[in-house]
Amino acid sequence: MADTITVNNLHKSYGKVEVLKGVNFSVKKGTILALLGPNGAGKTTTVRILSTLLSYDKGSVQVGGNDVKKDADKVRSMIGLTGQAAAVDELLTGRENLIMMGRLYRLTHNSAKERAQELLEDFDLVDAADRPAKTYSGGMRRRLDLAVSLIAAPPLIFLDEPTTGLDPRSRLAMWRIIEQLVKDGTTILLTTQYLEEADQLADNIIVIDNGKVIAEGSANQLKSKIGSDRLELTFNTIKVLNNATSVIKAKGLEVDEKELKLSLPIKDTNKDVRGILDKLAKDKIKIDSMGIHKPTLDDVFLSVTGKGKED
Amino acid sequence: MKTKLEFVEASKASLAFRDSLIMIKRSSRHILRNIDQLLGTFFQPIMFLVLFVAVFGGAIELGLPEGVSYLSFLMAGIIVQTVAFGSTTTAIAICNDLQKGIVDRFRSLPMNNLAVLNGHVISDVFRNGFSTAVMIIVGIIIGFRPQANFVEWLVIAGILLLFTLAFSWLMAIMGIIAKSVEAVQWLTFIIIFPLTFASSAFVPTEGMPWALKVFAENQPITQVIEAVRALFLGFPVENYLWTSVAWCVGAIVLSIPIAAYVYRKKNVN
Repeated sequence: MADTITVNNLHKSYGKVEVLKGVNFSVKKGTILALLGPNGAGKTTTVRILSTLLSYDKGSVQVGGNDVKKDADKVRSMIGLTGQAAAVDELLTGRENLIMMGRLYRLTHNSAKERAQELLEDFDLVDAADRPAKTYSGGMRRRLDLAVSLIAAPPLIFLDEPTTGLDPRSRLAMWRIIEQLVKDGTTILLTTQYLEEADQLADNIIVIDNGKVIAEGSANQLKSKIGSDRLELTFNTIKVLNNATSVIKAKGLEVDEKELKLSLPIKDTNKDVRGILDKLAKDKIKIDSMGIHKPTLDDVFLSVTGKGKED
Repeated sequence: MKTKLEFVEASKASLAFRDSLIMIKRSSRHILRNIDQLLGTFFQPIMFLVLFVAVFGGAIELGLPEGVSYLSFLMAGIIVQTVAFGSTTTAIAICNDLQKGIVDRFRSLPMNNLAVLNGHVISDVFRNGFSTAVMIIVGIIIGFRPQANFVEWLVIAGILLLFTLAFSWLMAIMGIIAKSVEAVQWLTFIIIFPLTFASSAFVPTEGMPWALKVFAENQPITQVIEAVRALFLGFPVENYLWTSVAWCVGAIVLSIPIAAYVYRKKNVN
């Protein structure tokens, strides 16, 4: 399938501060790409450049086959942008916001009106449709903001941290909406600092830190990069923990004395776990709790950036 | 998606015009829904008019030509002053838009960019027209007796329209370059306050110190005030009509492209 977005060697500086240092990626039509990274990684700058809001210093950026610098208007007519600050007009009602933006996308007045009604229904905003947007809750505002980006049904949507600051229920609702959009054929570029969000939604993930792409692939590919499942065992006392450590003696064994916990990599879950349990049973070592830890994107992030995510 | 979307096909110029109409509608709705500001627009000019006449009237009338009351002298000045201060709302509205991220959305749309500014400036003309009408009616109630005939009223309206547009476009530039609404407030104040006070708005210029008098008599706001005053009172307009029109048109012609330029450049680099 064709690439909707192609970014090559993208550089951008604000004065002396280099924000993007040669970013490359592409997004296939009808897929979700997540740009994942901590605050200040360059995610928002990338989205602003792709959506024609910001110029860049070096490299090339194509959206739907159009150069974002030369054919900005063509790009604008095929994208929808939902930024970090919900960009709705507070004094206008939800419906007025939708109709106004629809008309600015060059929809006829009637099309804008009909489509606004449809989106208000889809996004569960019918009851609030004729109230000023300033009376909306955070979740409603985000939904309205996203609905506004969809008013002219653009084939490509940019979502800049669509769930930051939302409560868990609103976040789930937003995820369902995003999943539905992709089912309907929309291409989405999403930025997030939540690894879980990228894991849930994205077909492809670009991990970006300090202006550079430091890892990319599907969630599974990224996870397999940092290895296998781990068996975690917790004990009641440090003495028991030390006994267990001397009995197990496996490769890749990690001991956490503070948490009274040890962990080790396993390949064949059945066989490896049974083997270890047998060893411990032979010496009558009592386990307090046990679990299997599957690698998460948090682990990916830690292993590629060498630091935790900033929340 | 059930709705079948139809798009408007038209020339670039007529699409740009349509965008401006959409944005004028938006800004006008803002004015009507901002009740606090609307009350200010209504009461502030009345308060100014009544206070100035009551406080200064007695003292200043001594220096006015025979038969001219301070009220009839003041009307032109206070209208022009109110319009000048009223134009700061354009600056504040534009600054607000830029701060709140909605401008990012507008910029990401295939619309004409100048439409956002047009919307604020033109809707401000409506608001200023409203304050001016309120002031004239209150003035007439408390004893103002304008001598202008129908054509002269049209000329007055024309000059005030040009003046409003000129000031709103100038203030639009301030609204774009200022970094916050507070900055807009002091920036516009230090421009408008001296210009309106060092003029013939409230007192005749005769009594001013020499340097101030030269400035006051030749600066643009005095030209506008004197033109409107002469038309109100049935005095000869002399050159004031043409100098005021020239100043206003000049300011509009210069400030529109500057506003468009700074707006386009803002945040893009």
